[in-house]
Amino acid sequence: MSNTMQVTMTVNGTEYTREIEPRMLLVHFIREELGLRGTHWGCDTSNCGTCVLWVDNEPVKSCTMLAAMADGREVKTVEGLAKGAELDPIQQGFIECHGLQCGFCTPGMMMTGRWLLDNNPNPNEEEIREAISGQICRCTGYKNIVKSIEWAAAHPAESEVKA
Amino acid sequence: MTAVEETPLSAAGNPIGFGSMKRKEDQRFVRGEGNYVDDVNLPGMLHSAILRSPHAHAKILSIDTSAAEALPGVHAVITGKTLEGLPRPELLGDNFAWMPTLSYDTQAVLATDKVRFQGQEVAFVVADSRYIAKDALELIDVDYEPLPPVMDAKKALDPDAAIIRDDKGFTDNRVVDVFGQTSWESGNKEETDRVFAEAEADPNCVVVTEQIMYPRVHPAPMETCGAVSYLDPVSGQLTMYTTSQAPHAHRTVYAMVAGLPEHKIRIISPDVGGGFGNKVGVYPGYVLSVVGTIVTGKPVKWMEDRSENLMSTSFARDYHMTASIAATKDGKILGTKVHVLADHGAFNGVAQPTNFPAGFFHIFTGSYDYPAAHCVVEPVYTNKAPGGVAYACSFRITEAAYVIERIVDVLAAELNMDAAELRLKNLIKPEQFPYTSPTGWEYDSGEYEKTMRLAMEMVGYDELRKEQAEKRARGEYMGIGISFFTEGVGAGPRKNMDILGLGMADGCDLRIHPTGKAQVRLSVQTQGQGHETTFAQIVSHELGIPPEDIEVIHGDTDNTPFGLGTYGSRSTPVSGAAAAVVAQKVRDKARIIAAAALECSPDDLEWELGRWQVKGDPDRGKTIQEIALLAHGSLELPEGVEGHLDAQTVYNPPNLTYPYGCYICVVDVDPGTGQVKIRRFVAVDDCGTRINPMIVEGQVHGGLADGVGMALMELIAFDEDGNCLGGSFMDYLLPTSVECPDWETGETVTPSPHHPIGAKGVGESATVGSPAAVVNAVIDAISPFGVRHADLPLTPANVWRAIQGNPVRVDMAVE
Repeated sequence: MSNTMQVTMTVNGTEYTREIEPRMLLVHFIREELGLRGTHWGCDTSNCGTCVLWVDNEPVKSCTMLAAMADGREVKTVEGLAKGAELDPIQQGFIECHGLQCGFCTPGMMMTGRWLLDNNPNPNEEEIREAISGQICRCTGYKNIVKSIEWAAAHPAESEVKA
Repeated sequence: MTAVEETPLSAAGNPIGFGSMKRKEDQRFVRGEGNYVDDVNLPGMLHSAILRSPHAHAKILSIDTSAAEALPGVHAVITGKTLEGLPRPELLGDNFAWMPTLSYDTQAVLATDKVRFQGQEVAFVVADSRYIAKDALELIDVDYEPLPPVMDAKKALDPDAAIIRDDKGFTDNRVVDVFGQTSWESGNKEETDRVFAEAEADPNCVVVTEQIMYPRVHPAPMETCGAVSYLDPVSGQLTMYTTSQAPHAHRTVYAMVAGLPEHKIRIISPDVGGGFGNKVGVYPGYVLSVVGTIVTGKPVKWMEDRSENLMSTSFARDYHMTASIAATKDGKILGTKVHVLADHGAFNGVAQPTNFPAGFFHIFTGSYDYPAAHCVVEPVYTNKAPGGVAYACSFRITEAAYVIERIVDVLAAELNMDAAELRLKNLIKPEQFPYTSPTGWEYDSGEYEKTMRLAMEMVGYDELRKEQAEKRARGEYMGIGISFFTEGVGAGPRKNMDILGLGMADGCDLRIHPTGKAQVRLSVQTQGQGHETTFAQIVSHELGIPPEDIEVIHGDTDNTPFGLGTYGSRSTPVSGAAAAVVAQKVRDKARIIAAAALECSPDDLEWELGRWQVKGDPDRGKTIQEIALLAHGSLELPEGVEGHLDAQTVYNPPNLTYPYGCYICVVDVDPGTGQVKIRRFVAVDDCGTRINPMIVEGQVHGGLADGVGMALMELIAFDEDGNCLGGSFMDYLLPTSVECPDWETGETVTPSPHHPIGAKGVGESATVGSPAAVVNAVIDAISPFGVRHADLPLTPANVWRAIQGNPVRVDMAVE
């Protein structure tokens, strides 16, 4: 049990190196080793999606990925969405449209929503529902999550508009 | 709503009072800065894991923990035997292996004699990390002698059924409540029997009976249950961060369970990732985190995983109901009766007001006016997880609403009458309120027909029926399902409602600071309902202070007044009333202070938008902010009036509140596969005054998704060997964005006459009301195949079997 390995990954633009057990899950690495607790742990079986973050710009469920598999790769979590005091439109959308209640699924939903808009800036309702269908919310019944993502699509950040 | 449009806005653009406003709590959540129990890390904190039984029923012959104890990084391995002789009996008593449940039963903290359900707690490991703790579980060797499990409630009373609760000396598997009763009855049996006998003999009447099961489901909040406990060895103070819907009630229960002095217990329920009733119960894991800190002297975190959550914490429903309804052939309901076989699992751990051991199930007469009703609930033990009630059910009104709305549809089919017409014919009329139901509830207010007509208009009911007729002629199967529900929420009046002897009242403290900013302290605990916003709005409504200037403090027993917490949709009806009353007390005191400052009599003043002003001379007045400063200043106050501008109250509700609604669901069913597609769902709710309509609608949306889940997908089934077949999200299916339609919501507003702001509560309305709408729609769709009833969940397989005329038990995997 004492064998460890070194992993290095860039998380939200900062490079981190840690000595860990090879079996450590990425979600636990992010939460416990790096102290980024916005990524949540909800099911262990890749069903609930509260642990969604990005690895190399793709959303993944970090409860079913080893931290070692993210070695040398780039990770983005909910803490990387806002630019200082300025919220990302996806975050603002969830506030505007009451897209969250208990807030537990919210980081994962926003990471998927942000990814969707980066790849499809004007999704229709069906595309939004499809994109978040691998994630579970017990509070909102999804309607306001869909509206939140639509709000973000309609209110892109200035940097996105220029790009 | 014009009332909302008229609400003045604060400088920040928020309504001063009621109206939709964005939530104050959202900033931290969208930044990933929410603070849930698993986010709490104390210096020197240890982690833990629970070894659980693989058997549903087995004797424990021996437990060998030596290998686990020898594992580096392990600090303690605790078994039931350890708990029988703990090293600190002054704190925990002589035998801590058993704890009381919220229903006066006892439950094993760690099994000593035998295990009674799969997933039961057997041993507890405290270690440096959760990985090491889980490793240690693998090294514990338990020798079990399997016993025959009792998995089917219908066989629990068979003479050859194994006895589950031999620890209590019981000789059969009947649950015995605190009053010594083994069945729970309500209504008038004699009158109901007479009505049914007459109806059976009358050619102008019909009686229909149906077996209606509501199988076991689970609230499954996205955050599982957990705790971080720390007993400071010097001060003797126990601090417990825990997933609790009821921090104050839990403090008292831990004091009772552990023998710890209550003034040395501080419960902090930080952000809670959804509750739905799952976080009302006291589970062995919570208690073990306390044992862990007592034994190791260090903070101990216990956080269950998803399978542990689904397999061991509070389930819901598991009611086998036989329902009968008598009516005239032209559709006037005469009476109903229901017999329930209630599966309570291995320990009776339901959280109910003591006098209501079957919860509020006996409100099963629903929204209809008829004279005779009777029900009997017979509870039994089985080798399943304990708990019960949980899952946004308003103390079992979910089962009650489901059974009446289902049997009314069965009656409509029998009479060949439209389901809407039958309901309209029997709804309680506005002039009948306050209405006393045949089982003794006093419904406070309602305009039922108005609500139902609005729902029918929104969905286009008549056009849908025409479309359905055309489609049937073409061999296409669409269904329209109606549910009209009435809930009784806001438990409850202390004269007849308590849990473990604790009256169901809630305190509220309000402090107005010298600059006119306020802090309001609540006894209830949000799990996502938005209390930090809505309770600020209630105070704002009463005092005219902008909601952004009011901080809501909750979830910490050291900093808030006592009260019983958030479940059963009770926050707004009870604690919301307390917040309004305490603000009114402050307003009354402000009047006296304003009068002193204005050198007039308080009687000369009138209240207008956050200001006491002189009647007939509105230029002379003091705003609440000015009065706050005066209250803390050097103004000479009248004799007997103390300084400052604070108040506190305890609100004892005079009655329950009775929110209601009409839901209509439209489905398309593929008869070849049994697949159900929900095309539309219209929900019209009347929850009285709406404090924040945006939040109310959000509550309704969430509950509707629950209803879709229960109606179509969710199920905790077992096989005959006692294996739980719903122990992960691979098997326990929850609705996602693609199963849920774009909800269409509407409202009518009939305020509660006895609530200070007329609000009734809405948290569970949709969970209570929606399953029947979905099921009724599916049955309506497949009724051409001769189907009158099929049990939920109506999975494709179950719908297909019903169409084939071959329904099977949904709750048991049997050949």
